Amino acid sequence: MSSVAEAAAQALRLVAGADPKLLDIVLLSLRVSLTAVAISCIVGLPVGAAIAVSRFPGRRGVIVVLNALMGLPPVVVGLAVYLLLSRAGPLGALGLLFTPTAMVIAQTILITPIVAALSRQVVEDAWDEYREQLRSLGERRFGAALTLLWDLRFSLVTIVLAGFGRAAAEVGAVIIVGGNIDGVTRVMTTAIALETSKGDLPLALGLGMILLSIVLVLNAAAYVVKETAQRRYG
Amino acid sequence: MTSAVRAPRSLLPLRLEDLVFAVAGRRIIDGVSLTLEAGSRTVIIGPNGAGKSVLLRLCHGLLQPTSGNIVWNAPELPGEPRRQAMVFQRPVLLRRSVLANITYALAVAGVAAGPRQARAREALHKVGLDALAAHPARVLSGGEQQRVALARAWALHPEVLFLDEPAANLDPGATHEIERVVGAMHAAGTKIVMVTHNLGQARRLGDEILFLHQGRALERAPVDRFFKQPASAEAAQFVEGELPW
Repeated sequence: MSSVAEAAAQALRLVAGADPKLLDIVLLSLRVSLTAVAISCIVGLPVGAAIAVSRFPGRRGVIVVLNALMGLPPVVVGLAVYLLLSRAGPLGALGLLFTPTAMVIAQTILITPIVAALSRQVVEDAWDEYREQLRSLGERRFGAALTLLWDLRFSLVTIVLAGFGRAAAEVGAVIIVGGNIDGVTRVMTTAIALETSKGDLPLALGLGMILLSIVLVLNAAAYVVKETAQRRYG
Repeated sequence: MTSAVRAPRSLLPLRLEDLVFAVAGRRIIDGVSLTLEAGSRTVIIGPNGAGKSVLLRLCHGLLQPTSGNIVWNAPELPGEPRRQAMVFQRPVLLRRSVLANITYALAVAGVAAGPRQARAREALHKVGLDALAAHPARVLSGGEQQRVALARAWALHPEVLFLDEPAANLDPGATHEIERVVGAMHAAGTKIVMVTHNLGQARRLGDEILFLHQGRALERAPVDRFFKQPASAEAAQFVEGELPW
């Protein structure tokens, strides 16, 4: 028990002292996951909204597949991206394996379906309310999709956060395509996994605390934004 | 019409030819044929389930008829701005300011960015909401929201305005304000086609009554004649039953 308490105390010192090694890991984590979330939103939000307001053959099938993709196992995505980027793979020539870019690619694949599927649901619910009015004004489907995305911006914050939470917390994909190389591709989750297995609990615990705090603070911020916005805009 | 050669042709008259709209075999609109002319205010009344709202939506193009034709004198072309507008029972406003709701509609209608603001402000002025221009639209009262919806429709300068029980959920003051605006839009040259449940409103606002019953247009007459001497037994019964005492 005392070793845990000791580790926790040491972890707090690391966090409080802004240990440079720890800081590097945190910053890389944020860089990778935020980039992945940004790309996922640029792709996923319009795709989700477009599916929500469209009617085409096979639409149900697309929605089922999209929803299923939300549960993509990170290690499987990691493996697939690894195969794509490995020397012998189709994209091997790019030399991206074991770089932060590879990690961004893997996380983007992981969370784009989450953003698309959740935004599809939110936009489709709203579409029931808005459809007649927007069509009456002469809005075409793609324009309507964009209008809805903007009108639902405060609800979509939650979806973006869900995507970020998934990206920041997953370890399976980034450890395979990133390799957990010290100073290059080591992020919070892979570092925690490694340090724990090595028995270096203070660093693992310190990173764990930071990871939890980041997720907590972001969610609190999003909650406040959503609440104030809804009070103000209805 | 003998207007200038290049003048855009009017949407009206609108001819409905043996219009049928069926859902799961049930005919909501059951063979309606009539012509709506420019100018007069047509008020559609009838019991619940008569198909009033569906008829408006068919005319406005929000529903496709099962059979029959909707023939405009000069139809709107796909991709061109709409020349008709509709105000719904429950206004749907966007999460932006009152003014932005109207400029949005103008943008969709292809109005250049320059004149949008002025046109939107003018419309807001006509419904008496200048003071609320910067206010978020969705937190206004029901009556104010409906006036914003009317201003949005007005800003588009439609040739035809469809209204589906625009004052159904409003108190008398708000209802009066809505009626004033609809009257003003008519005076400015817009054809009014309105569904209402309120016979007093039908009398105040209508030039002619279209009585719908079980999906059929049973009777059409000038307001005075309709209320004094309904020609059909159904209409007589309806007027009798609905009159407030």
